[in-house]
Amino acid sequence: MPTGAEILVESLIKQGVEVIFGYPGGVVLPLYDVLYDAPIRHVLVRHEQAAVHAADAYARVTGKVGVALVTSGPGATNAVTGLANAHMDSVPVVVLTGQVPTTILGCDSFQEADITGISLPVTKHSYLVRQAAEIPRVTAEAFHIAATGRPGPVLVDLPKNALTEKLNTVPRGEINLPGYKPPRGPGHPLQIGRAVAAIREAKRPLVYAGGGVVAGNAGQDLLALAEKLRLPVTATLMGLGGFPGTHQLFLGMLGMHGTRVANMAVMEADLIIAVGARFDDRVTGRVDRFAPRARIVHIDLDPAEIGKNVRVDIPIVGEAGLVLAALREAGTPGETGEWLATLARWKEELPLGYQREEGVIKPQEVIEEIYRLTKGRAVVVTDVGQHQMWTAQYYTFQEPRTLVTSGGLGTMGFGLPAAVGAQVGRPDKTVVLVTGDGSVQMTLQELATVAQEGLPVKIAVINNGYLGMVRQWQQLFYGRHYSSVNLRLNTVGVKRAVGAEDLPTVEGELIVPDFLKLADAYGLRGLRASRPEEVKAVLQKGMNLPGAVLMDFLVAREENVYPMVPAGAALDEILIGD
Amino acid sequence: MRQTLVVLVENSPGVLARVAGLFSRRGFNIESLAVGVTEDPGISRMTILVDGDDAQVEQVEKQLHKLINVLKVSNLSREPAVQRELALIKVGAEPGVRAAIIQIAGVFRAKVVDVGKRTLTMEITGDSDKVEALLQLLREYGIRELARTGCIAMVRGGKVANSGKSEKGDGEDS
Repeated sequence: MPTGAEILVESLIKQGVEVIFGYPGGVVLPLYDVLYDAPIRHVLVRHEQAAVHAADAYARVTGKVGVALVTSGPGATNAVTGLANAHMDSVPVVVLTGQVPTTILGCDSFQEADITGISLPVTKHSYLVRQAAEIPRVTAEAFHIAATGRPGPVLVDLPKNALTEKLNTVPRGEINLPGYKPPRGPGHPLQIGRAVAAIREAKRPLVYAGGGVVAGNAGQDLLALAEKLRLPVTATLMGLGGFPGTHQLFLGMLGMHGTRVANMAVMEADLIIAVGARFDDRVTGRVDRFAPRARIVHIDLDPAEIGKNVRVDIPIVGEAGLVLAALREAGTPGETGEWLATLARWKEELPLGYQREEGVIKPQEVIEEIYRLTKGRAVVVTDVGQHQMWTAQYYTFQEPRTLVTSGGLGTMGFGLPAAVGAQVGRPDKTVVLVTGDGSVQMTLQELATVAQEGLPVKIAVINNGYLGMVRQWQQLFYGRHYSSVNLRLNTVGVKRAVGAEDLPTVEGELIVPDFLKLADAYGLRGLRASRPEEVKAVLQKGMNLPGAVLMDFLVAREENVYPMVPAGAALDEILIGD
Repeated sequence: MRQTLVVLVENSPGVLARVAGLFSRRGFNIESLAVGVTEDPGISRMTILVDGDDAQVEQVEKQLHKLINVLKVSNLSREPAVQRELALIKVGAEPGVRAAIIQIAGVFRAKVVDVGKRTLTMEITGDSDKVEALLQLLREYGIRELARTGCIAMVRGGKVANSGKSEKGDGEDS
């Protein structure tokens, strides 16, 4: 007679699960007992938040559902940030949480937390299993819901007694979801017809591609459409890689730190074709001045996104790839020659750029060098902050699923565990983590997971000793009050910290932590560059060494991310430099 | 503008929290909420009165559609509908004013369901305006206690909001 735990593992295998990112604890012991010799790889993380981020990144790079497993109470609450992150970026993950036995549920029992209640706003759906007999159906439904329609995280809460209960007969896991009918297909023919006409009439069209192009595997269809109808393309952070970055029709990223040509194109366009994008405030800037001259076609799988933030003239609810293919089939190019020539000129005249400086590493040059060395073929994972925006700007993404970044929630600490998940999902690829000295310290413990799993992740810490993006805002909008953003030790700190005299020094301040010693402590190779001429050599060495390498780049401390559209400003109110 | 939403949901634990959460998360106040089982014991019917402009309420409707346990969402503000609620009102009724109160109840077709030494309890059924109008008149006698069910509603004529299992998710792109 199989137990609930055995039935669950059987159900996971049936779903094609090959790897689980997890952390054991009291009430999930029955499940870990079965996993001991199950044909599923278990990656032991060092904190439950990391389990969900890793599963999230695994899902992003493979297109499969990522699975995380944590215990009840603190295990489950630690997973909440991971759920929120996956929810905001529409990533299919299934998070299994242990729960106290139903006999003491609701009694404030040891390690009890109402995780289905806590996670309601940050999950696509959730289940509280009551009996072992529900497990096959709930598992099948959880994977189905996570992966279909607009993807998202599903939580399955598993009381211990449901895992230990023995069943004589195991029910078949038949999906029964009468209320769940995600839209499918190429959209309404009437709206396709209207969009085709709008494209034909447009003189200044622009495709605005979001994460839905990547998640919906619609990159090829977008390329074919843009080439046939001669449409220029801009992408959101989440959309990078959905269209080849070196293509002449590509204008780069739009929005707060977008390229000037992309943002000017939005302001001048007479037709915007948004696909798999949700008009986020970081993209639109001041929303009532977004695309003031344009009619808007909005293609999305989620009807609730249509008209949520901006008025939409032609709504198309459907699967991105199928809709784009339908538009290509029926579409004919408009007279866009003049517009494309103008955009090409702007692209030439207004490139991204930064000032190089004698003796100081500029963070942008590190990213450019990573791009050159990996030839744009790596999977690049980022954390959140300045380094993330520089990566978006200076690494030219060519293929879908090669950028893994926390777009919607902006989760500092996402990077390192995400690099774990990305490398587990794509062992054939070079995985480069670009992180900051602030972000990486939020989930630093995952260096142990990297070491234990033998993952050859290349970690580049863009180390400016600041919470750089916050410092940039303080410089620009808070009168240079650098309030609580300096991560280095000043002279007062030196006197207080025992052993601080051993720390590396830059400009009279002590760097903490010493990332080379940290790398040592975790059994990883550590390299450091503090001068521009060392950047290439360090990166080359780091990429060529077998195994994980942590590369510490001591960069210009007060470099800013430009261009920048201040929060609440329109896309033509742009700051271009200090 | 006040709008009336009728939501058919699977009758399972946690559904009410999911629906209520959608409103509170967007800063909407639910003016009234009535829940009861339908002729299919597996399906419950919620009637929700909410105050918001058309765009806000439309967004809430779309978000409700996305909930896995929601089978159908209808906005009855856009069509002729019967709306009813029931209220129990315990009103101060000294012997000298009792007859006057009973007379008011009669005009509103409210039913006196309990008589105490110094109170009368009556039930009234009607749309919210009617209940409000009665309360207005009774206030001068002192309302000791008030219990309202919240509004329930149904479209007039042959159209039904039942099952809806095949309707959800179709044709939403127009």
